[in-house]
Amino acid sequence: MSGKFEGTQNYIATEDLRIAVNAALTLERPLLVKGEPGTGKTVLAEEVAKALDLELLTWHIKSTTKAHQGLYEYDAITRLRDSQLGDERVKDIKNYINRGKLWEAFAYQGRVVLLIDEIDKADIEFPNDLRQELDRMEFFVYETGETIKAETRPLVIITSNNEKELPDAFLRRCFFHYIAFPDHETMTEIVKVHFPDLKSRLVKEALSVFYEVRDVPGLKKKPSTSELLDWLKLLMNEDIDETTLRERDPNKLIPPLHGALLKNEQDVQLFEKLAFLARRERN
Amino acid sequence: MFVDFFHDLKSNGVPVSLREYLSLLEALDRDVITRDIEEFYYLSRAALVKDEKNLDKFDVVFSKTFKGLQALSETEIAEIPTEWLQSLTENFLTEEEKAAVEALGGWEKIMEELQKRLEEQKERHEGGNKWIGTGGTSPFGADGYNPEGIRIGQEKGRHGRAVKVWDKREYKNLDGDVEIGTRNIKVALRRLRRFARDGVPDKLDLDGTIKSTANAGYLDIKLEAERRNKINVLLFFDVGGSMDPHIKLCEELFSAARAEFKTMEHFYFHNCLYEGVWKDNARRHSDKMPTWDVLHKYPADYKIIFVGDASMSPYEIVHAGASVEHWNEEAGGVWLQRVMDIYTSAVWLNPTPERFWTHSGSTDIIKQIFNDRMFPLTLDGLDAAMRELSR
Repeated sequence: MSGKFEGTQNYIATEDLRIAVNAALTLERPLLVKGEPGTGKTVLAEEVAKALDLELLTWHIKSTTKAHQGLYEYDAITRLRDSQLGDERVKDIKNYINRGKLWEAFAYQGRVVLLIDEIDKADIEFPNDLRQELDRMEFFVYETGETIKAETRPLVIITSNNEKELPDAFLRRCFFHYIAFPDHETMTEIVKVHFPDLKSRLVKEALSVFYEVRDVPGLKKKPSTSELLDWLKLLMNEDIDETTLRERDPNKLIPPLHGALLKNEQDVQLFEKLAFLARRERN
Repeated sequence: MFVDFFHDLKSNGVPVSLREYLSLLEALDRDVITRDIEEFYYLSRAALVKDEKNLDKFDVVFSKTFKGLQALSETEIAEIPTEWLQSLTENFLTEEEKAAVEALGGWEKIMEELQKRLEEQKERHEGGNKWIGTGGTSPFGADGYNPEGIRIGQEKGRHGRAVKVWDKREYKNLDGDVEIGTRNIKVALRRLRRFARDGVPDKLDLDGTIKSTANAGYLDIKLEAERRNKINVLLFFDVGGSMDPHIKLCEELFSAARAEFKTMEHFYFHNCLYEGVWKDNARRHSDKMPTWDVLHKYPADYKIIFVGDASMSPYEIVHAGASVEHWNEEAGGVWLQRVMDIYTSAVWLNPTPERFWTHSGSTDIIKQIFNDRMFPLTLDGLDAAMRELSR
């Protein structure tokens, strides 16, 4: 056991998140993390690894990823070519078995954090195919007849963007955490961690502008934590001070450098329209 | 331990299983948390709920099951809007007390004062005549409205402490019965996928190649056709009139459906299916296509999806000549029955919430024609409909 997760200097973990991570850690079950894009799902795994002083292995899932690629792949084509060239290596099948991320994690000396990122990107059946392996933390290599078994079970963190529903049988084996969008207070803490020397008044103004933007009805994509952090970085770069932000002049209803917050031209148009309406009301 | 809680969750529609229950107990056994109700809430949530759409249901059951437990450990604090408190108190006050209120400077003043005292007062208070708390005689006393105490304005300190987190019901709008978007629809529609290999073999069949190479002793390349979705879908949309409020939802369904099937054809109708349908709303009167042609053109293995609110005058379904737009020779019900006779898999999606269905007679009739295969246009409904279609 490598202690408990308490959040790190760079990552604000709410109490529910800490408990979910610790439960997964103690019971050695996978932790499934969901939440709006940009609320720090992937970063969570990195920070857990850092906090517990463990190595992090990342397996990014794409739409073409197959479950067995996480275990191992048998490179038949290379072997075939080698055999026609008369290569010595061809006699041992082991030379053509490429280890996947799960194998690496299972074979690792000591404990390791394994991040399976965006599991919902793959085919619907993908999680089912991995169920047994994640449950027992072992699998069988048909080509060589050996069984790979984890001596220390890795801490598996799985993220999902909810693009596909995950099968019930798979879910039953995991702990689940939904990263809710941070409230005003948590957000202030998060900003403080990322930009320690940002003037607190600027943060206050920026946050209120940010939440106002989020509250605009009908936005296609609401800005999230990561977008806020980018925007603050830009504000600092451009040396925009809090008075500019505080100006609630309807003529300048669109916040400065809004490109970092609104990523969709329809949203920008909507915003401009609202600004226009506000101006007309005033005249 | 917590068996009732577990059963309550189950009966309230949170899909929990024995396995999850046991892992919760295991976690408790291994001291993942200290004996704190809030930590227990977080732990049980992580162990038992696996989908954010069930978080709200969980919160409600948790609140119900563990009500009163909180009161033992710390004062329960509820948030009451000031206006509410004000009007309530006014009802409870005697004439004498009302005069006293006036003497203090009216309600505005008192609320200000209350705020001030709340700030001064840090710990729980009982009795007495100045501090706010339970059972006191202070004008701010909360006894009678809420025996546990009141809270006004913003509480300072750690978030989530003041109001019990599970009573905040933050996840209410994540409930699966409510939200439906293009993405979600796509996921639901994907249930209908049935892959088959047909067409030109233009993809390397690795397994086949290895096999035949091993047999032949030389490199023998095999090709196979790509996997494609074989499902064909025919969509019928009700447009105009009572369907207008649902247009956006239907648009989303439409755009999501397009990408998911091999072929998807759509037709519009108004209120009920009659002898003609059309493909373009702008030219609906000039470019009508006879429904017979549609039924003849598309083979019986097409899946049929009707989208409409099914609310109309029942005559439009059962009587000839009852259409609101034109003279129809045959009743709408006859046409619907014809569709049902040709196509074995057909469903009707209804955007009006299910609880209103019984209010309109026409909905019942259509539901009967469709052998009960009418589903609400929510995620769960769509899911059930797709399951029905893929049978």
